[in-house]
Amino acid sequence: MALTDLKWLPAPPADFRHLCRNIGDDAGAVVRNLASHALDLNQLTTLAKAINRLRSDGDLGSLTPMRLGVLGNGTTSLFGPALTATAARHGLNLEIVEAPYDQAIQTALDLASELNRAQPDAVLVAFDHRIIATPDDVRDEAESAACVEAALEKVHTIGRGVSVATGATVVYQTLVHPPTHLLGSYDRRMPGTPHTLVDRFNEKLINSIDGTGDILLDAGAIAEMVGLDTWHDITRWHLAKIPFVQTAIPIYADHVARLLAALAGKSRKCLVLDLDNTLWGGVIGDDGLAGIVLGEGDPVGEAFLDIQRTALKLRALGVILAVSSKNEEATARLPFREHPDMLIKESDIAVFQANWSDKATNLESIAGALDIGVDALVLLDDNPVERAQVRAALPQVAVPELPDDPALYSRTLLAAGYFETVSVSAEDLLRADDYTSRAKRIELQGASRDLTSYLASLDMEIVFAPFDETGRNRIAQLINKSNQFNLTTRRYTQNEVAALETDPSIFTLQVRLRDRFGDNGMISVIVCRPGSDDREWEIDTWLMSCRVLGRGVEQAVLAEIVRNANATGCNRLRGLFILSGRNELVKDHYAKLGFAEQDDGSTWLLDTMAFKPADVPMQVVHAGMDLGT
Amino acid sequence: MNRDEIFERLTPVFHEVFDDDDIVLSDGMSAEDVDEWDSLSHIRLVVAVEEVFSLRFDSSEVVELENVGQFVGLIELKSAG
Repeated sequence: MALTDLKWLPAPPADFRHLCRNIGDDAGAVVRNLASHALDLNQLTTLAKAINRLRSDGDLGSLTPMRLGVLGNGTTSLFGPALTATAARHGLNLEIVEAPYDQAIQTALDLASELNRAQPDAVLVAFDHRIIATPDDVRDEAESAACVEAALEKVHTIGRGVSVATGATVVYQTLVHPPTHLLGSYDRRMPGTPHTLVDRFNEKLINSIDGTGDILLDAGAIAEMVGLDTWHDITRWHLAKIPFVQTAIPIYADHVARLLAALAGKSRKCLVLDLDNTLWGGVIGDDGLAGIVLGEGDPVGEAFLDIQRTALKLRALGVILAVSSKNEEATARLPFREHPDMLIKESDIAVFQANWSDKATNLESIAGALDIGVDALVLLDDNPVERAQVRAALPQVAVPELPDDPALYSRTLLAAGYFETVSVSAEDLLRADDYTSRAKRIELQGASRDLTSYLASLDMEIVFAPFDETGRNRIAQLINKSNQFNLTTRRYTQNEVAALETDPSIFTLQVRLRDRFGDNGMISVIVCRPGSDDREWEIDTWLMSCRVLGRGVEQAVLAEIVRNANATGCNRLRGLFILSGRNELVKDHYAKLGFAEQDDGSTWLLDTMAFKPADVPMQVVHAGMDLGT
Repeated sequence: MNRDEIFERLTPVFHEVFDDDDIVLSDGMSAEDVDEWDSLSHIRLVVAVEEVFSLRFDSSEVVELENVGQFVGLIELKSAG
């Protein structure tokens, strides 16, 4: 799927049309959620039908009403519904009033035309290169200039006609270059060739907007992004005067809707950045300062530099930057302070949230600290589970889908156009600094939201297996690399791991987790040894990947250990916590699981016979295992 | 692709374009028989069919596509080549 298919939006649900027909309470929010998928023209048309129906029932409360007049050459009727549905994605309840086919000038200048009587808030003057006449002599400067002036005069007459009659804000669009030259590159050196005429028209159009309240839609740039060969669907023009390829209508509509949303004051204000694998490659808590990937000379390191540069460019234009990361705060701040290749500095970040609470809660805190709405936030996060959780909990936050390759993060973020604006003022340029100095360190919100239903919706499947040859590499890697969620930080070589596989006195567990977003791979490793007597197991190693934190994995793993311990006649588990300086995170691990503290918090006991397993939101699967029952 | 297969793949396209899951295709079915089938949705239909069957209708062919049977016939012809 190409960027021009709205790749930053999640795919629509399979029962999309059914959902469109059954919109119940809180219709505005439901409609906005439905619109916030990568919809094609047919789906947009279906949703627009629902919106128009709900509007006449007066039922779209949470969306801002706006009326848009559309005038252009060719058939604009296909993009009316697309605009209505797309505008809901941007918080607007958009009603479309079209000029009749090929009646733009007459409609604009007639005070009693349906369009003028509808009193639109804005009017889209959507012409293409066909508005410029071709000079008889393409080398004739004066004749060519006259052709450009005449075309400009025409769009201005239309735009001003409606704006004088109704007070509407006018949206003028740049013209799109044709897909081919007449002769070749020499076309650009002659004043009357299609390429030169379009260039000159666009330059004059852009200049003419300065100092007016009018708005520019850069249709030329949208078309170039789609590709001019694709954009110009000449067959359909001849058939039905469709001005450009239908498959580009969704991206075109998104650009129009962004502008209208910006006009209504709905631009996003703050870019919230995840850290690990979003601003740098790797996990700072596990890989350390030397292990994360960032900097010139490495393709992955350069990709992350690129993301940082983009964030800083946006900041220079007034976008506030914030951080939300699941990390220890000191660990998360380390690269900002000490990594030589970090471009973003702590002083660029208005609010820095590094903790282990869920992201939705943190995003609310960030919005609170900045005194802006959560609907002004954009979250850039590589982790699809975090993205889905935030979308489910806080649908007002924009959360772009990201491709696997970090080289494409920056482009995807920018293509989504979250920070579209209709003006950049001196205050805007200062805004990011202003917020940064004002923002206060916020206390972590203690109360996390109830995640039960969300976790259930993940369809998680946890797979338990003893150590084996297939898993050996990954087990050794985790044992030697994991720092944060690691109770004892005991390291074993690959040969030592192999020896554990066959030692009958040792209980081992490798744990994998799958969910509806895919396979998380091996996420936890357990080693238990005989304890102080033959009724006791000592948990020698318990480590877990931090990305599955807060999903009930620890509880499921404990139940699995207890079941196996009891099956071999044990009645006690001894848990150890050895402070390593990097595993602060799991200080209370055994306390949370119901173990009793023995001395200074380093030894914990659990009576396995009295243990009652917690409800866990996942299917449990045993692979290659003697269940011992 | 035989006619049955074409009908099978064409049906969801009609459901999607005209937003009506009750449409049951037949050779003679035309714009007269489907509420939403007008000149504009016809264009959406043509493009959706092109996408699903990975083919492209020429200008002259589109003009002749007036009923379901003609769609099926043309798809059969074009996908055979």
